[in-house]
Amino acid sequence: MTKLDSKIPEGTIDRKWENYKSHSNLVNPSNRRKLDVIIVGTGLAGGAAAATLGEAGYNVKAFYFQDSPRRAHSIAAQGGINASKNYQNDNDSDYRLFYDTVKGGDYRAREENVYRLAELSGNIIDQCVAQGVPFAREYGGTLANRSFGGAQVSRTFYASGATGQQLLLGAYSSMNRQIKAGKVKSYNRHEMIDVVVVDGKARGIITRDLVTGKIERFGAHAVVIATGGYANVYYLSTNAMACNATAAWKTYKKGAYFANPCFCQIHPTCIPVSGELQSKLTLMSESLRNDGRIWVPKNIEDVKAIREGKLKPTQISEENRDYYLERRYPAFGNLVPRDVASRAAKERCDAGYGVNKTGFAVYLDFQDAINRLGDKTIRERYGNLFDMYENITGDNPYYTPMMIYPASHYSMGGIWVDYETMTTIPGLYAIGEANFSDHGANRLGASSLMQCLCDGYFVLPATISNYLANDIHTGPINTNTPEFEKAEIDANNLIKKLFDIKGTKSVDYFHKKLGLLMWDKVGLSRNEKGLNEAIAEIKTIRENFWKDVKVTGKADQMNNELEKAIRVADFLELAELIAIDALNRNESCGAHFREESQTEENEAKRNDNDYKYVSAWQYTGEGNQPTLHKEELTFNAIELKQRNYK
Amino acid sequence: MSKGIFSGSIGRKFVMSLSGLFLITFIVIHLLINAFSLGLCWDGRALFNAGSHFMATNPFIQIMQYVLALGFIIHIIMGIRLTIQNNAARSVKYTHNNPGANSSFSSRSMIITGILILLFLVLHIKDFFIEIKFNELGGLPSDYDLLLAVFSQPLFVGLYVFAFIVLGIHLNHGFQSAFQTLGLNHKKYNPIIKGASVLFCIVVAVGFSSIALFHFFNV
Amino acid sequence: MDFTLKIWRQENATAKGSQQEYKVKDISSDTSFLEMLDALNQQLVEKGEDVISFDNDCREGVCGTCSLYINGEAHGPKKLVTTCQLYMRSFTDGQTIYIEPFRANAFPVIKDLVVDRSALDRIQQAGGYTSFNTGSAPEANAMPIAKEDAAAAFDAAECIGCGACVATCKNASAMLYVSAKVSQFAYLPQGKVEAAERVLNMVAQMDTEGFGNCTNTGACEVECPKGISIKNIARMNREFMCASLTSE
Ligand SMILES: Cc1cc2nc3c(=O)[nH]c(=O)nc-3n(C[C@H](O)[C@H](O)[C@H](O)COP(=O)(O)OP(=O)(O)OC[C@H]3O[C@@H](n4cnc5c(N)ncnc54)[C@H](O)[C@@H]3O)c2cc1C
Repeated sequence: MTKLDSKIPEGTIDRKWENYKSHSNLVNPSNRRKLDVIIVGTGLAGGAAAATLGEAGYNVKAFYFQDSPRRAHSIAAQGGINASKNYQNDNDSDYRLFYDTVKGGDYRAREENVYRLAELSGNIIDQCVAQGVPFAREYGGTLANRSFGGAQVSRTFYASGATGQQLLLGAYSSMNRQIKAGKVKSYNRHEMIDVVVVDGKARGIITRDLVTGKIERFGAHAVVIATGGYANVYYLSTNAMACNATAAWKTYKKGAYFANPCFCQIHPTCIPVSGELQSKLTLMSESLRNDGRIWVPKNIEDVKAIREGKLKPTQISEENRDYYLERRYPAFGNLVPRDVASRAAKERCDAGYGVNKTGFAVYLDFQDAINRLGDKTIRERYGNLFDMYENITGDNPYYTPMMIYPASHYSMGGIWVDYETMTTIPGLYAIGEANFSDHGANRLGASSLMQCLCDGYFVLPATISNYLANDIHTGPINTNTPEFEKAEIDANNLIKKLFDIKGTKSVDYFHKKLGLLMWDKVGLSRNEKGLNEAIAEIKTIRENFWKDVKVTGKADQMNNELEKAIRVADFLELAELIAIDALNRNESCGAHFREESQTEENEAKRNDNDYKYVSAWQYTGEGNQPTLHKEELTFNAIELKQRNYK
Repeated sequence: MSKGIFSGSIGRKFVMSLSGLFLITFIVIHLLINAFSLGLCWDGRALFNAGSHFMATNPFIQIMQYVLALGFIIHIIMGIRLTIQNNAARSVKYTHNNPGANSSFSSRSMIITGILILLFLVLHIKDFFIEIKFNELGGLPSDYDLLLAVFSQPLFVGLYVFAFIVLGIHLNHGFQSAFQTLGLNHKKYNPIIKGASVLFCIVVAVGFSSIALFHFFNV
Repeated sequence: MDFTLKIWRQENATAKGSQQEYKVKDISSDTSFLEMLDALNQQLVEKGEDVISFDNDCREGVCGTCSLYINGEAHGPKKLVTTCQLYMRSFTDGQTIYIEPFRANAFPVIKDLVVDRSALDRIQQAGGYTSFNTGSAPEANAMPIAKEDAAAAFDAAECIGCGACVATCKNASAMLYVSAKVSQFAYLPQGKVEAAERVLNMVAQMDTEGFGNCTNTGACEVECPKGISIKNIARMNREFMCASLTSE
């Protein structure tokens, strides 16, 4: 068994990154011209990396399945981005951001990575401001901050409710500058469907042109996966329709380890499911919990009356409301981390207190805040979110509380990477949500944007040269090798196979089925029995998919059904690994709640003796049980504690 | 890199708006002289004849006549060119379109109102300009008499009134549009520009038409 | 609710397209427009037919991927929303709905309702950025920016690049789109350094792409799902004027 080497540099935690940079190999500017880098994904992570590597002088080829880099799902992030600037003078520091992030992740992240993230967070804000990102400001002209879950300081920078959009447009603009300069070549509507490994090194990818259907080979000295998360394995999620695991999954099948797949974040504040045809769930930013109070009625009769439409929430008096987060967690109240808030909502709804027709919704109420701050301030802070809510549900949150429920949102798990963000395949990197590195078992709000940009602007550009320095004499990568040939044939075969099934059920049918199963048995709360059942049922769904799926249209033109089929085929495999990982980890930590491991008060109980590791899974061939590799986590800069938000 | 301020799509708009604003000044003067003929505060005949004589003989005005003609030509040619280009920018049209949901009739029909005005202009030049300049008023004693002669025919009066309404519609969009093109858009002043635009096109349409009608009914 | 749909079908960029009629039944009023099309596509799959291609992704109204000209209006009859945020409650039971792609020569049809909007990207590449290399940025609070200016820049920056302005404009002009970016930078001190070059290059690229000329009908601002104001166009005109008068 190979030992996982996370390549942590020497020195105390606050000196490691400096140390790394001072000793890593460099590529001199005139040699960078000879080196090609493929970046798959142009979200915050990939876009930032493409721009920065282009500026450095490498030849970048950027691939993405949307029609424009600006449409990556990073665009949908609403709330904000963390940075330890301490502009609010509330004793914030790199250490505190590091501490909050490791604690928020329930001590399942690699501390050295997280410290680096905190250390670089301030530079991200500087960079974005220089790009013209219009962050919210105070009257004096300085940058404004808000608070987010899991922190007691105000360190979140934001641009109304469209922070991700503005940050992505910033990265996109920098990338555009490099496209104009000829350093970045951008391939839109190109979906990566395989990675090519030559002599043990990642040397290129296979893509499908989504307009012409053409399968193409692209070679490079290094390949970067920045393809985002896999929350869509649950079918309904806050992710965009086409978010997928294909790129990550194919690298797994080519030898990259997949880490902590069971760490899937369920976000507490989403608009509840309303109908059969529902295709996605809309997030209501966590920032709403700054001013909104979460409650359900205390009395079950009130719940009944509400469901029957006989009672309005505004008619329920203060004494008859159960502000259950404030009751259970007085110190953090409505600002507890996401996993805690989601489980608490599920607990109330499972106990019968859910307030909509389906019984799966709780209230998020702004009345107090409106009384205290006035309509205008609330509109300024959350206007676009309120409008969005009203547009979707037809209810006006200025007058009646919002109804929310948890939904699949983010994947902490992902491709295993070392300190350099390199996977177990040399020359293959993974950044952004696609890797597993910084959020442990639970991600704090506003930390993903930070991580994506940190990886893209600062980490990858600094670490990739350490690898590429050995490639300056390699010359252009030849794509006419047996490895490329085989990968291309495999891709064509996959497509042919899908068309040839000519079954009776649509792709969505299988995806929905998988989603429901995952939500039920591998969702907010998991147990051994359910997980074993899930593993068996996923297999059945997968087998049926390969027997009975129906893909219409043609291969050599735009074909949305075929695109979906390729993605869902991979979800059907990934889902099983998620369940296997969840079964293996018999402890509750962060978003992963095993019913077997809880305290008397039904809080999550971590088991550091047995599970203080990253589980990194190795593919061992179709139908075989994957091999588990453990990266033991050591915490030198932070003391391990059971999380407590009371 | 820059080929000058009047090139490119924005440059062409500048040309349209500047020439349009220039033509507006002409309309104002024209309306003023026409108003003389009403005889509201002086002898209409004498005042109108004097004004019209001044316009026909003053050396500065004589030079400006050519500038004016140039203004018309530029505005017309540019307008037609823009329309052709704009049409070509969407060669496959929508089968089902509902522009009324997002824009005013006057803003969408500038080329139609413009062409109608051009046709009217030809008629008008024939009726007055050529008569005065080259035809010695067709034997009539003064410019004023020519005015009366033209405005005594119901068909002509009808045509003129129609043309003035069309002009008003054209100006309704043209006036405010010229400001927007020149970059004069400000929350504080927009209502004033909008108001002035509406007022102006009403004054022009009602002003010119009422003068024609006044003479028609007074003869 | 039941609907009759008249949808533009076109196999590829060069094929001749036509309008086809479809029926959907029992759609709840809480269904989104795109979910209604999903349902139609499910029917087509069941019948073994090729599905109708339409662009969409985030379904939250922010990625700008979805388009569609619905009953004669970009993103349909409801103002200030994208097609993905349009719900069937905006229509009446039994209604006939016309669905066409965004049309402009600069947006060639790829298939059915999908068009190629990469012209918009090329305009951004011509100058929609500030030239700060990663790592060279000054400390963020070193440049105070008035709250109103930051807010105005944000309002312009909210553009999602969907192209509804082009689709709506009777001249297929991209002025609103281009002006949003020019204007965003014009409000910010970081944008001043390259202001002249930016506006000249972006406008030149816009013209090369074959968009029409703006005639100030204001339709774009009405149909823009993000409510981007045409005051940005006026601002761009000013920037253009200053830039062309002063640049060499
Ligand atoms: C609704 C919502 C709100 C959020 N709000 C916040 C917030 O307020 N703060 C915060 O910190 N985080 C937030 N997040 C999380 C955060 O937005 C994401 O984790 C982050 O943006 C992911 O960025 P990324 O660059 O890794 O991937 P993405 O932005 O998802 O980009 C993925 C890229 O990969 C490409 N791609 C994917 N697969 C392929 C393939 N097979 N072939 C080719 N290209 C491919 C796509 O085209 C795209 O360009 C939110 C997430 C959601 C869903």
